[in-house]
Amino acid sequence: MARPPSRRPGHNRKAQYSLFASYVVAMAGAAIGLLLVVVAMFDPTGFAAIRTGTAELTRPLSTGMKRMVGGVSSIDEVLAAYWQAGSQNVGLRRQVEADRNRIIEAKGIAQENARLKKLLKLVDEDSSALLSARLISSSASSARRFARLNAGNWQGVRPGMPVRAAEGLIGRVHTTTPNTAEVLLLTDTSNIVPVRRANDNVPAISTGGGDGSLEIRALAAGRNPFKPGDLLVTSGIGGIYQPNIPVAVVVRTQGEIAYGVPLANPTKVDAVVVERAFEQVVTRPDPGAATNSDPNGLAAGNAATP
Amino acid sequence: MIDRNLPPVPRLGRHPSRWRLAGTPVITVMLGSTLTMLPVIAQSPVMPPFGLLILLAWRLLRPELWRVWIGLPLGLFDDMMSGQPIGSAMFLWTMMLIGIDAIEHRLVWRSYRQDWLIATMAIIFCLAGGVFFARITGGGSVKLLLVAPQMLWTILLFPFVVRQCARIDRWRVMA
Repeated sequence: MARPPSRRPGHNRKAQYSLFASYVVAMAGAAIGLLLVVVAMFDPTGFAAIRTGTAELTRPLSTGMKRMVGGVSSIDEVLAAYWQAGSQNVGLRRQVEADRNRIIEAKGIAQENARLKKLLKLVDEDSSALLSARLISSSASSARRFARLNAGNWQGVRPGMPVRAAEGLIGRVHTTTPNTAEVLLLTDTSNIVPVRRANDNVPAISTGGGDGSLEIRALAAGRNPFKPGDLLVTSGIGGIYQPNIPVAVVVRTQGEIAYGVPLANPTKVDAVVVERAFEQVVTRPDPGAATNSDPNGLAAGNAATP
Repeated sequence: MIDRNLPPVPRLGRHPSRWRLAGTPVITVMLGSTLTMLPVIAQSPVMPPFGLLILLAWRLLRPELWRVWIGLPLGLFDDMMSGQPIGSAMFLWTMMLIGIDAIEHRLVWRSYRQDWLIATMAIIFCLAGGVFFARITGGGSVKLLLVAPQMLWTILLFPFVVRQCARIDRWRVMA
C-alpha cells in the first residue's frame, strides 16, 4: 500500500486554518493533561471526583457480573477437590483429630484471657467493623493496584479505612464516591503496612510489589531475620490497621528483603469488611489502660490520636 | 432468491447516517476502555489496554477519520475507567497521535507490517509513560519490568483488534 493521501490541505486557507487549529487544540489539551498529572503528584486524590460519574454508572453492571462469576471462579477448587479425594479424606481426618486438642487448649486460653482482662478492668468491645461489601472490579490494565468496592460515602465509608477479609488484610480505602470506593490493595507499590512476625514480634515494613507479592523489610539493622514460612500480622503502629490482622506468609528471602504472599486473595474472597481506622476505635478516656493491653500497638495508636 | 450469507452492501440511494459514521469508532474505543469494569480483581497489570488498542487500530485503518485532538476526550474517559492518574492517558494518547501524524508523512511505503511496527512503538510509549506517571504520582517504586508482559501481549493482540475494527468498519460504511 502506498502511503495514505497527504493530510496537507493545499492552498485552501480554511482547511489550512482548521488543521492548524486542531494541532493547537491537541497540544493545549496535552499540556492540560500533563498539568493534571503534576497536580496529582502533590494531591493524588484531588481530581478523583471526576471518576464519580463512571464509577456510579458501571457499579450495577459490575455487581451483576460479579454475582454471575462468583460460582465460576471457584470451579477449579471444586474440581481439584475430587482429585485424590480418598487419600485427602484420610489426611484431613487425622488433621481434625490433631486440631481438636488445640481447639480445647485455645478455648482455655480465651477464658483465661477474658478473666485477666476483667482483672485489668479493660472493656474490649470490638466496635471497629463498619460494614461488609464486595469487591466488584479492579484497575486490571493499570500499573497501580486498585479494586472497586460496592459501598461508598453514603454507606459511611471514608478514605483511609482499613479493608479486610476473614483470611487477612486486603488494603485500605483510597477514595470514595457516593456508592463506590476505591480500595488501595495490599500489593500496590505505594501501600506500606507496618507488620510484625506473629510468634516473636520482630517488627517489619511490608511494601507491595505490584505483581501480587509483598516485599518485607525488617526494621532492625543487620541480618535478615525472616525465613520462609513466617507468618506476619499487622502491628497496629501508625494508627490505621488494628493489630493482629493476618497479612502475609514469607515465601523466600533474598539479602535484606523477604518476599511474602498475602494471605487474603482479593480474587477469591467472597465479601470484605470495612473497618474504622484504628485510631478512631481506641480513643479512650484513660490512656494508661490502653497502654497496658498492648504496649507496642495501642500506645502508638493513641499517640497518633489528636 | 436473496442469499443471506452475502456481505451487506449499501442499498441504492441509501447512505449510512452521520451518527453511525462518526459515532461507531468513538463508541468502540470507549467500550474498550470500559472493559476494566469486568469483575476481575487483578493482582498485577494483566489486562491489555483495549481502549488504546482500538484507538490505534482505527487511527491506522482510517487516517482521515479523526483530528489529533480526539486523544483528549477519549483519553480522559480512559483515565476515568482505569486506575491511572487523571490526565495521564489524555497526554500520552494525544502525543502518540501527533507522533503517528509526524511519522506518516515521512513513510513512503506503508503496509500491514509498518502499521504493526508503528502500533508497537505507540504501545510501548503509552505503557511506559503510564508507569512513569504512576510512579511520580505516589505509586511508589513501580518497575518497568512489571508491565513488560502486558506490553508483550498487547502488541501481539494488535493484529486481532485491527481485524475486528475492519469488520466493524465494513458494517459502519454500509447502510
